[in-house]
This record gives sequence, C-alpha cells and structure tokens, in this order.
Amino acid sequence: MAREVHGMVEKRGAGLWLTHVFMIFGVLVIFFPIWLAFVASTVTQPEIVRPPMPIWPGDQFWENYSAALFSGVNVPVATMLFNSLVMAIGIAVGKIIISLLSAFAIVYFKFPGKTIFFWMIFLTLMLPVEVRIVPTFEVVASFGMLNSYGGLIFPLIASATATFLFRQFFLTIPDELAEAARVDGARPMRFFWDIVVPMSRTNVAALFVILFIYGWNQYLWPLLITTDPEMNTIVMGIKQMFPSGDDVAEWPVIMATSILAMIPPVIVVVGMQRLFIRGLVDSEK
Amino acid sequence: MEKRVTFKGWMLPLLLIAPQVVISAVFFFYPAGQAIWQSLFIPDPFGLSMQYVGLGNFEFLLSDKFYRASFVTTAIFSILVTLCSMIPALFLAVLADRLIKGSGVYRTLLIWPYAVAPAIAGVLWLFMFNTRVGVVSWYLGNLGYDWNHVLNGGEAMGLVVVASAWGRISYNFLFFFAALQAVPKSVIEAAAIDGARFWKRFWTIVLPLLSPTTFFLLVVNIVYAFFETFGVIHTITAGGPQQTTTILVYKVFSDGFVGQDLGSSSAQSVILLIVVGLLTVIQFKFIEKRVHY
Repeated sequence: MAREVHGMVEKRGAGLWLTHVFMIFGVLVIFFPIWLAFVASTVTQPEIVRPPMPIWPGDQFWENYSAALFSGVNVPVATMLFNSLVMAIGIAVGKIIISLLSAFAIVYFKFPGKTIFFWMIFLTLMLPVEVRIVPTFEVVASFGMLNSYGGLIFPLIASATATFLFRQFFLTIPDELAEAARVDGARPMRFFWDIVVPMSRTNVAALFVILFIYGWNQYLWPLLITTDPEMNTIVMGIKQMFPSGDDVAEWPVIMATSILAMIPPVIVVVGMQRLFIRGLVDSEK
Repeated sequence: MEKRVTFKGWMLPLLLIAPQVVISAVFFFYPAGQAIWQSLFIPDPFGLSMQYVGLGNFEFLLSDKFYRASFVTTAIFSILVTLCSMIPALFLAVLADRLIKGSGVYRTLLIWPYAVAPAIAGVLWLFMFNTRVGVVSWYLGNLGYDWNHVLNGGEAMGLVVVASAWGRISYNFLFFFAALQAVPKSVIEAAAIDGARFWKRFWTIVLPLLSPTTFFLLVVNIVYAFFETFGVIHTITAGGPQQTTTILVYKVFSDGFVGQDLGSSSAQSVILLIVVGLLTVIQFKFIEKRVHY
C-alpha cells in the first residue's frame, strides 16, 4: 500500500524527467549572468565592444585577471580584496565578540539598568545604516576615522541581531551547568570560557558565515567613507572602475573584478552550506 | 524568560555589556538623534548657521512632488522585486521538493546568487543590457526592439527590479524549500489516496501550509527592496532617467550627500525610520516572534 501511494505522490518516469528539465532550465537562467561575466573576463576588449560577444571563454584569462589584480583601474584589485577581507572579518568577529559578552551579561546576571540596556540594544535592530547615513558619516568624520578600517567596521557592528541570537541560545543551556559551576566556586568568566563559549561554537560559526557575507557585500557605507582609492573595498570599488563620460569601459578587467568580488562569499556560502542555511534561518526567524 | 541561576555582582556584567552599549550609543543613538534633531532645521544659504523650522521640512517633503513620486517609485519597485523573487523561488522549490535525488546539487547551484553583492549583481545585469555592448540588448535590437534603459524609465525600472530580485531568488528558494520539506507527507498521501491531483493538492493543502513562510518572506523581501538595493540602483541607473528609479533610500543619499540638503535628508531619514518601525512591528506581530524579556 505504502509503495503505491509513494508512486502517486512522487513522480517517476516522464514526470521525473520533466521536473529535472525544468530544474536545469531554471538553474541555467539563474546562472547565465555569472557565466557571461566569466566569459567576458577571458576575452579581449575588441571582442566585447563588437557585439554579440562570444558565449564560450577565450584565452585571455591570465592577462585580464593579472591586469585587474596588479594594476586595476584606480588601484590594484588585490588591494581592494584585502580591504574587503579586513572589513568583512572585522565586522563578523567584532559583532560576535561584543554580542557574546553582552548576551552573557543579560542572561546570567541581574544588574542595575539591565532593562534599559536590553531595550537600547533591541532598538538598534530596527534601523539599517542606510537610514542614518548623513549623521553617522559626521560622527565618523569627527573622529578622524574616514579612510580607516575602524570607520569601515565600527558603525556596522552597532546592531543587535547577534546579541538576540546568543541570548536565545544561552537561555536553552541547562541551569544545572551554571549551578554546578557555582557550587564548584567557578568564577563567572571561567564558566563563560569553559562552558558557554564551547557550547556556542556552532552558532558562532553559523553567524560568522552570515556576517562575513553581510560585511563583504556592503556598498553604500564604504562608498561614503573611503575617498582614498587605497581604502576602497572591491564591491564599491568596481563602480569607480567605470569611466565617467563617453569613454568605453574596460569590460574584461571590470568583469574579472566582478568575478573576483564574488569568489570569497561564494566559497563561504557553498563551502559551509549547512552552517550558512542554519545561520540564515536562525538570524531571520 | 529568566534564568533561575544567576551569578552575583554588578560590575562584571556592566563591563561585559559596555562594548555593545558604547558602540550603539556612539554609532547608532547619537547619529539617529542627530537625524531627528537636524530634521527640524534648515541651513541658511551660506551654510553658516541652521534655522529652526519645526516640522517645516516634513511639510515641505510631503507636498514635494518629487518626494511623493519617490514614494510611489519605492512602492512599485518593492512590490515588483518581491513578486519577481518569490514566484520563481516557489516554483523552483516545488520542483526540488518533488525530486528524491539530486535536490542537494540543485540547491548548491541555486544559492550562488545569494553570495553576490547587490552592487555586483547590478554590474552583471548592466553588462547584459548595456546599450552599446550588452548581449541581451543586442539580440533585442535584432528582433526589432530598441532597448535603452538610459532614456526609457520603464526599461530602467525593469532592469533594476530584475537585478535586485535575482539574488533574492536564492534566499526565498531556501526558505520555501525548507518549508515544503516540513509539510507532513502523510497529509499529502491522504489527499493523493482521495484522488487529488498535484495542482489540487498544491492549492488546497501545500500553499495554505506555506502561508507563514510566505508572509515572513513578503515582509523581509519588502525590507530588502527598501534598504538593501541601493547598490543595484547606484550601479545601474543612479536614480535616473528623470528620477524614475529614485527610491527613498537613494533620495536620502542624493539629497544629503550630492545635494548637501541636510535638513531635508534628515527629515527623509526620520520618515524612513517610521517606515522601518512599522515594518518591524508587522513582522513581529504576524510571525509571532515575541521578544521575551
């Protein structure tokens, strides 16, 4: 019986093939822009400016990628990649550290002003940096933090998502563990390092994946505060590679840069798929 | 919810919470307060002093036809981005859910675009539709359609919508797929025994069971379209032609940084703040995600 029902619900034969055909078609359509960018990064400029451009990769891979990486347009792309890496890791690590600490304080202590601090943190959930750009820019400028990693990183760690996530998780840690630690006379920070942090490692890893991509893909904020090309991140720097006016863009180099810009986050998302999906569901739901 | 077991002392917890509180105060509360404060002033023509105008900036904005147009643009843009990213995602998720084998491979391939930054997505789509070198615009030209998103506002809107929706398909796919996998197989099988065909089962059983996920995705996609698509717009159209793709966030940027109109830009920030607040309330209320303290 079960077997027959199975057959009714899950398609076999022609239906199954049709599902695969549709699925492959969907994947191809979604992949097409990336494929085209890759092809464009392996051909010469004349091949692109006389449309239609080829649909299969050419033989200029090394030429275009080394041109992008080591000379770029305003600044070598290698520099921008490094800046993006510092920014993304700085945001991810910074946010995880301050959130672990404050969530630990909120869950495991009673202290004056706790309610106020809790709501202060909660409010930061609501306002993306895009909304408060002008005054935030002024604050960062007044600290002399324009064109600095600190200026790129700090304003973007002022958000509470991670704190809430850790708080939810800490609340599920059995009370017996804290009780035992207290009976043994362990100091709170000892309990934090020996019990809480090791237990949170999956959450930390999942959150790292999400925050890394969040940091890497930032556009507006680096655009405002990095006026020096040496400090540009790759995601915002790519726009600066387009010439102003009527000059023709150097498409092969620009497309090589766009491929380089997506490689690190793609590696993180695809390589740590389970953690990524977990982080996504945890931090959004 | 509270822990029964807590540690003693109040110095340590204050020290622990201090980094987050300080960063939030300096880079969040102070600038947000500044935005609210500045929204009540206009700078004099020489930029030397600020003059208090009360709600004047808001009154001006709400009667300004460009600002109203930007509201309408944002609404159209968000709805289109949400639909264009959710419908294909649901379709692909339903297909993947029907496969016993191989759905993992498709999933791996489909999550790629999520990792691509909106600004990079903008560059990729701009390249395909570029009026001089774009492949798609070239083929459209051969078919007798003269694509020009630099001059045609409708085409510009279409392009930024597709470029913004593209990466979101991955995101929505993951959530729909997870929700579909959670639909009890016994319910589906019971309906199948009763003779309900696939589409009937889909409309009457699966779709209603997906409604919490669908609603959640509606809200987060609207939030995304409002706030995270700046990169797409800036790389593809820069708000043009004739402001047809100037969404609210883009206008905060162009009035504040390009036009140097601080009062108006701050007032716009405050209005956006109210919009985000409302969206967050809706999100919490309907998703039944309450913050327990």
